[in-house]
Amino acid sequence: MTPPRSLIALGLFLAFSTVHAGEVKVAVAANFLTPMKMIAKSFEIGTGYKVLVSAGSTGQLYTQIKNGAPFQIFLSADQKTLAKLAAQKLTVPGTRFTYAVGKLVLWSAKPGFVDSRGEILKRGSFRHIAIANPKLAPYGAAAMETMQNLNVLASIEPKIVWGENIAQTQQFIASGNAELGFVALSQVISGGKPAKGSMWMVPGNLYAPIRQDAALLANGKDRPAAEALLKYLKGGTARAVIKSFGYGL
Amino acid sequence: MLTATDFTAVVLTLKLAALSTAILMVLGTWLAWQLAHTRSWWKQPVSALVSMPLVLPPTVLGFYLLLLFGPHGPIGQFTQTLGLGALPFTFSGLVVASVIYSLPFVVQPIQNAFETAGRRPLEVAASLRASPRDAFLTVAIPLARPGLLTAAVLGFAHTVGEFGVVLMIGGDIAGETKVASVAIYDHVESLHYANANVLAASMATFAFIVVLTVGLLNHRLAGRDL
Repeated sequence: MTPPRSLIALGLFLAFSTVHAGEVKVAVAANFLTPMKMIAKSFEIGTGYKVLVSAGSTGQLYTQIKNGAPFQIFLSADQKTLAKLAAQKLTVPGTRFTYAVGKLVLWSAKPGFVDSRGEILKRGSFRHIAIANPKLAPYGAAAMETMQNLNVLASIEPKIVWGENIAQTQQFIASGNAELGFVALSQVISGGKPAKGSMWMVPGNLYAPIRQDAALLANGKDRPAAEALLKYLKGGTARAVIKSFGYGL
Repeated sequence: MLTATDFTAVVLTLKLAALSTAILMVLGTWLAWQLAHTRSWWKQPVSALVSMPLVLPPTVLGFYLLLLFGPHGPIGQFTQTLGLGALPFTFSGLVVASVIYSLPFVVQPIQNAFETAGRRPLEVAASLRASPRDAFLTVAIPLARPGLLTAAVLGFAHTVGEFGVVLMIGGDIAGETKVASVAIYDHVESLHYANANVLAASMATFAFIVVLTVGLLNHRLAGRDL
């Protein structure tokens, strides 16, 4: 008996879709999702490779990679997570580099709500402030450090709502459920211009620099598509995109 | 052993489940009664509406609750004019979400029980000059006892197991919206597997005991009625 033709087609489809040499799976920290999508698009057009992007908090992605997630490149929101992966031989040695230096902003979807000096943190005239879980997200940790340095943490703590990652944090603010919150500049900037609402650029002396490192993961070793994308991330096109989102380089 | 914050999360979970179940039993019994005894055109549409949380991903409910109950949403603006504030990030918000989310688990067993008993016992009660209220309390409710019990236990257990909706509208606030399932998620994500394990094992034990109890009680109740 021969199996029906549709079943053969399905089998072939599955066989080809699971192993695809021209494909690269990228894990990206939520703050870098939008720039990564833009970079991926121009990379795909230029090379014909296909990029599959998965986003989450750096801590979430770390757990997934440690437990066998099939990513080939990891763009983390910090340096220490990749150092931890390197110690477990889960990255390819010598491939780690800083692709962006993140900037923290205090942002509100309401125009005029956040003043240009962040005085609102001292006044505390709000019900909810959204911050990414500092255990999982480096921008959350930077926000906690900032409030500590401003001596406002104790008074603000009861008003904090925790986002699972920086993307959920932004969504709490964008939907108005939290009046303001700490997010990455890259999330509230587009085409070099700030999106709607109001923001305070947190001065760099209030938190440790958010150096964001990327590396080739053990899964990406000897994969031409993954190696090509890593090289592309260091190139001029990618750097221009990264800068346009307000990152330092 | 459970840490202090985990203990807070467990207590909060039980409080949420108890309160939601109490509301659900009143609301659910009323709805089930209406659904069981109507031949109106709205029976099927309302049944479908009640059952929707069974098939919808919790993210759909969480998404709409966040938008509708938020300060810019229609319901959020209404609760704000009442002076209640917006519901996301509050315990009351979780109660409302749980009632919606667990509604089918409560309505369906009760409705089945009412429908199985049928109209006959009520007609007999009426012929013996029992008022409709009397008949409902002394005939319909006792006959529906196994259904009511199943409903209460399922409603409670399903609320304890709630995760996706809470994650979307809760904001992870200790003592207010950080329930046990979210606490487990946080432990796993931050690699505190030992802590996650203690909580997860307690939840698994709890679930087993609940399901077993329902089975045993139903068996006993059914036996007594025969």
